Amino acid sequence: MSKQFRVLIAKPGLDGHDRGAKVVARALRDAGMEVIYTGLRQTPEMIVEAALQEDVDAVGLSILSGAHMTLVPRVLEGLREAGLEDVKVFVGGIIPDEDAEALKEMGVVEIFGPGTSTQTIVEAFHRHLAGG
Amino acid sequence: MDLVEKALAGDRRALARLLSLVEDDSPQAQEALAVLHPHTGRAHIVGVTGAPGTGKSTLVNELAKRLRARGTTVGIVAVDPTSPFTGGAILGDRVRMRDLAGDPGIFIRSMATRGSLGGLARATGDAVKVLDAVGFQTILVETVGVGQAEVDVARTAHTVVVVEAPGLGDDVQALKAGLLEIADILVVNKADRPGAGQTALALEATLGLGWNNSNAADGWRPPILKTVALDGTGVEAVVEAIDAHRAFLQQSGLWVQKEQERVRADLMQALHREMLDRLIEQVGEAEIDRWVGRIVAREVDVYTAVESLLERPE
Ligand SMILES: Nc1nc2c(ncn2[C@@H]2O[C@H](COP(=O)(O)OP(=O)(O)OP(=O)(O)O)[C@@H](O)[C@H]2O)c(=O)[nH]1
Ligand SMILES: [Mg+2]
Repeated sequence: MSKQFRVLIAKPGLDGHDRGAKVVARALRDAGMEVIYTGLRQTPEMIVEAALQEDVDAVGLSILSGAHMTLVPRVLEGLREAGLEDVKVFVGGIIPDEDAEALKEMGVVEIFGPGTSTQTIVEAFHRHLAGG
Repeated sequence: MDLVEKALAGDRRALARLLSLVEDDSPQAQEALAVLHPHTGRAHIVGVTGAPGTGKSTLVNELAKRLRARGTTVGIVAVDPTSPFTGGAILGDRVRMRDLAGDPGIFIRSMATRGSLGGLARATGDAVKVLDAVGFQTILVETVGVGQAEVDVARTAHTVVVVEAPGLGDDVQALKAGLLEIADILVVNKADRPGAGQTALALEATLGLGWNNSNAADGWRPPILKTVALDGTGVEAVVEAIDAHRAFLQQSGLWVQKEQERVRADLMQALHREMLDRLIEQVGEAEIDRWVGRIVAREVDVYTAVESLLERPE
């Protein structure tokens, strides 16, 4: 039996709906993963705490508020401080190219713009998780 | 084992890793559980079960807040079903437990059933042991919301809270499902909704009918409590009932008796698994398949096959 991957899907920030996050959560479930879904308005601290308690392999952040340049670095830093630097971080949302570049340099493994197919997203999770 | 020592010393990352080992049924898990065993047996294990959407997670959130307010540390294991088709799962109970974030006296772990029936995962009992060993004083176990007889939770927990809610159709639905039989405390949640009084009355009437509850014989009459888990109304009374039940178990000697029953069930289950694993290793999967073929072909029956398989020379 192959390893059972566990991923956390979270929605940091204050913007109000989580339709996209839920679609991704379901797609990952359908791809055989265990998806811990935490819902709306998560602070970076809450996300890091949940990632630690749930011992996840990856964290997916859905951010539509435009606050990605403040939220994502705080999550990355929090994960590092908690000793969770091996956890792969994915970001979905409306992220301008230059920000995407910067986030990847900080350690985000993949960024998904609006309209990315769930298939692409699932494949990216698989690729990065299987890669160890 | 390093991980165990760290977890016992309060390292939460080590605790999370240990829980994964147990969940993945890794060989290290057995070693770890052996070292942890002397540290277990102190926690009050409380199961929270009931049909889907009755408010189990919301209630767990409120219970945990109140337990924390008086200084009790709380471990939570929340179980959700694995999809039988894909092997994946969405574990969404944390959504209702956001009030508990940031509290080092709380540890929440979500678990998928991974094919187990009965409302818990195979590893839930062991996960509870790990949380018990590292010192969590009360452990809340939320089962899958299936409304079927969740006997597993009765075996794992000292105290079983069955959550009902109005508007689920049949008011005494749970009765048929065998849930009432294992209830130590009955909660009618969503008391803000019409029909809650009726649900409580229906339960009351069933209780009055000399109803078949495994606890009644022991002298514990399960209380029926109305709550609004969304705003916390009535939840204090549930905490008090949980305390009262623990006191009842301890004073009546049932605490020890239940522990013996649980350990026996545990031992039997572990024996089953180990003996089966050993047998299959000895005879080989191919041999099992061969017998399956013979049974399907009506050459032999299941019991003859079992006899033959067990009689095989070394
Ligand atoms: N009106 C009302 N709604 C409630 C109450 N408690 C919970 N809910 C709502 O009921 C829904 C289900 O609550 P959960 O706590 O997720 O229920 P659950 O039993 O854990 O659900 P599963 O784990 O999916 O079986 C949510 O939308 C809650 O907000 C209550 O006391 N009153
Ligand atoms: Mg729930």
